[in-house]
Amino acid sequence: MNLTLKIWRQKNASDKGKMVEYKVTDISEHMSFLEMMDVLNEQLVNSGEEPVAFDHDCREGICGMCSMYINGEAHGPDRGVTTCQLHMRMFNDGDTITIEPFRAAAFPVIKDLVVDRSSFERIQQAGGYISVNTSGNTTDANAILVPKENADKAMDAATCIGCGACVATCKNSSAMLFVGAKVSQYALLPQGQVEATERVKNMVAQMDLEGFGNCTNTGACEIECPKGISLENIARMNSEFLKASFKG
Amino acid sequence: MSGLLKSSIGRKFAMALSAFFLMLFLLQHFAINITSIFPDNGATFNKMSHFMGTNPLIQYVMQPVLIFGVVFHFVMGFILEMKNNSARKVSYAKNNGAANSTWMSRNMIYSGGFILVFIIIHFIDFWFPEINTKFIQGDWSGLHDGEFRYFHELQHKFLAPWRVGLYVLGFVFLALHLLHGFSSAFQSVGANNKYTRGLKGFGKVYAIGIPVGFIIIALFHHFNH
Repeated sequence: MNLTLKIWRQKNASDKGKMVEYKVTDISEHMSFLEMMDVLNEQLVNSGEEPVAFDHDCREGICGMCSMYINGEAHGPDRGVTTCQLHMRMFNDGDTITIEPFRAAAFPVIKDLVVDRSSFERIQQAGGYISVNTSGNTTDANAILVPKENADKAMDAATCIGCGACVATCKNSSAMLFVGAKVSQYALLPQGQVEATERVKNMVAQMDLEGFGNCTNTGACEIECPKGISLENIARMNSEFLKASFKG
Repeated sequence: MSGLLKSSIGRKFAMALSAFFLMLFLLQHFAINITSIFPDNGATFNKMSHFMGTNPLIQYVMQPVLIFGVVFHFVMGFILEMKNNSARKVSYAKNNGAANSTWMSRNMIYSGGFILVFIIIHFIDFWFPEINTKFIQGDWSGLHDGEFRYFHELQHKFLAPWRVGLYVLGFVFLALHLLHGFSSAFQSVGANNKYTRGLKGFGKVYAIGIPVGFIIIALFHHFNH
């Protein structure tokens, strides 16, 4: 298929940036979206132009690096997939595809479609961990009983790959689905109880400090999340945060 | 506790609490107004209106709390909207919001803004004259020419078609606001569990039922007087 691509080009973080139009031809419907971008970049390199910078790593939906906003949706029009898992069969011959970086004040553009998502790392550092006794006086993990329902929910929350699609798609650039998932995966397990109060307070404080917006419960993040992280995690974070705040 | 209102979640929580209060008030307001279409020529409506208009607990405690709740909900709503807008400095060239969220959820600020305009008009129509009669003129009798005035004032207000149209439009925006706001308030206070589905269903009934009820009341008085 032949396509017209409208891509955000920005030389560096301080550059103003603009949309630039490109044509690509003979794109197979079996290609992934990133492979289509590879074809474009090969074309640009052969013609002596600067290739389009975009994030990618595992290309199998695990690492959460690919971060494009395609035709007005994070990771494109398919559901439950990252951009690397998006296939060109989702598009038609002759289509014009708009490709932009994830937009949020807390995700500044570094170059073209590459954004700096280190704000997520700082939120994790603020509380996304547990303390484990390694002095030798340890408890066998299997000896700590966890209700099956809680274990399943914690595992579901832990599948968040931190791609940032929730922030990109939220009209308020809110990071609450990400933070909610990270809080939940510990809040649901006995191992996470020791630091539960400080964790949620510190992670929410860091989230606010990074400049993310407030959740208004549109539910867009849940729909666009490639891992199907549920809004239930935001409610759990809200509840954990309120409990922690009233405790003092 | 001290930093609760400074945090994003604390502000959401406060918004939700004020929303719960306003939704309860709306239900109570509707319960009284619906009596105005009872076939007793306004006797029940007059009785209830006089009680609400002269009861010291309602007038001196609940009324100021209500005014505070209304003002707080609007002011906090605008503050959050401004903060949210600053969280994305560059807009998308193409954004398909309809693909993943409802129009109501994305436009709470606009439906809320129209409701604010409606409330101001509603205050000019009913609340300010009441305050003037009771607190400035000192007339707490509720009487005009020896009869309770409430029902006749209500009928008189709904004579003008433009006002009825404006009220109907206000209630439509109220329904749109509540269709998202009802379930959103529960999510904000951390309630998302096995009852959520049922609660969302009840929320839709409330969000449509109450405004439609108010519309019926307005139209009833317009066409029956």
